[in-house]
Amino acid sequence: MEYMLMFYESKVEFARRDENPVTSTYWGAWGAYMQAINEAGVATGNGNALQPPDTGTSVRLKDGKRHVQDGPFADAKEQLGGYLIIEVPSLDQALEWASRAPCAAHGGVEVRPVLDMGGK
Amino acid sequence: MDALAAVETIARESYGRLVAYLSARSRDVAGAEDALSDALHAALTTWPRDGVPQKPEAWLLATARRRLIDESRRTEVRERLAPTVQHMMETLANNGADEAFPDERLKLLFLCAHPAIDATARTPLMLQTVLGLDAARIASAFLVAPATMGQRLVRAKSKIRIAGIPFAVPGAKDLPARLDAVLEAIYAAYNSGWENPTGTDACAGGLATEAIWLTRVLLGLLPNEPEVHGLLSLQLHCEARRAARRSVSGEFVPLSEQDNALWSRPMLEEAERALTVASSFQRVGRFQLEAAIQSVHSHRRLTGRTEWRVIVQLYGELIRHAPTVGALVSRAAALAEAGELPAALRELDEIPTTTITAYQSFWAVRAHVLARLGNVAEARAAYTRAIGLTEDEAIRKFLRQRSAALAE
Repeated sequence: MEYMLMFYESKVEFARRDENPVTSTYWGAWGAYMQAINEAGVATGNGNALQPPDTGTSVRLKDGKRHVQDGPFADAKEQLGGYLIIEVPSLDQALEWASRAPCAAHGGVEVRPVLDMGGK
Repeated sequence: MDALAAVETIARESYGRLVAYLSARSRDVAGAEDALSDALHAALTTWPRDGVPQKPEAWLLATARRRLIDESRRTEVRERLAPTVQHMMETLANNGADEAFPDERLKLLFLCAHPAIDATARTPLMLQTVLGLDAARIASAFLVAPATMGQRLVRAKSKIRIAGIPFAVPGAKDLPARLDAVLEAIYAAYNSGWENPTGTDACAGGLATEAIWLTRVLLGLLPNEPEVHGLLSLQLHCEARRAARRSVSGEFVPLSEQDNALWSRPMLEEAERALTVASSFQRVGRFQLEAAIQSVHSHRRLTGRTEWRVIVQLYGELIRHAPTVGALVSRAAALAEAGELPAALRELDEIPTTTITAYQSFWAVRAHVLARLGNVAEARAAYTRAIGLTEDEAIRKFLRQRSAALAE
């Protein structure tokens, strides 16, 4: 089954993205995690890191009028920092990969089954 | 055998095995239950007419399978049934319906108590899928509206299917934590609809028989886990006292005042044997400790007295394993019984207030301790608080009598 792992990070974690990519333990941990995912053969090739939430813009249509707002919808402590779609036999393996993510200890990971739309 | 009785017995003894087997590959618990309920319905009409089949379980399994296949044809290829049917076709091709089928109930039990399932749905899910209880009966034991319980169960089953929660026994690394969740869920069934106004008798009403049955099923599947033996021992110790827990006129009788001639000896003996087996593994756990506490209470039958100090010690150990409010309140109650009233009150006062505002046992024990300390005004206030939090009429009456008996 395909699952999307949604990585939620705290402000502190987002700020660490500015660290030197070579020496930073933040980038080191994500690099190692992605490598492990790829080597385990569970990657689907779908996934991305996202720019921080303050670069986001939310749009809602009300009575045909466009309401554009700076920032994410919910003002939560943790915000979506990236996502990855993996292919594993069941939720247990998906949860195992989710708990290995570097942000699992500082933010959290939501795991959702991908809706199968039939023919690929 | 009488055909109707046969259907009833089979439904009780084989329901969980059949549901587990029918849904193990497809993860479609709801679909398996529907097919089995159709098969049981068919049995009710054909068995009285044609006689009970030689292998009633195999008959039900074959009928349920046919229903699953019919259903999928009728609704074209409904996506949710496809894997079930595929599996059915494979097994139908591989072996005849007469052959024994594997017992997948252990997987089903772990599935029901999976951490990805809402905690309030785990026990109901077990009761329904393993024992075949209907939502209304479960709802009444857990004091919620039948519609609410129905929705909770539907949601849990659809999550199992859609989120891909596995039908599997966890590996060694996860087993202890996952087994705890299974035992918790069974114990919650045992304790459903039960209140304990003196904090010492951790025993139950609602679905006690069903919960003990579940424990026996689990024990048959996992005979080398001491906590399962511990849970069985705990439940049997409590169950043995059922007849003594209400007076002839229906009044509540606290454990310390129960007539131990009314306790069931065979149950107490089995409870002791289970605890002995549990302790032979030398891996102490929460349920073994709770069983040990109840064992000390039961020992009064032989010695005529309760060793409250031993009980206080065991609660101390239990709190180290699982620091629940229930255990803290019970230790305070035991301290009071051991004659250490000021210490008991101190312990009660140290429990964080947020956890006890709506906890009936806390107020009942506090009232009891204050009364024995001669603090009539505060005792009365605590009794009133406990009475206000009580659901059981007999217990309300008991608390009112205690309150009224306070010296003016």
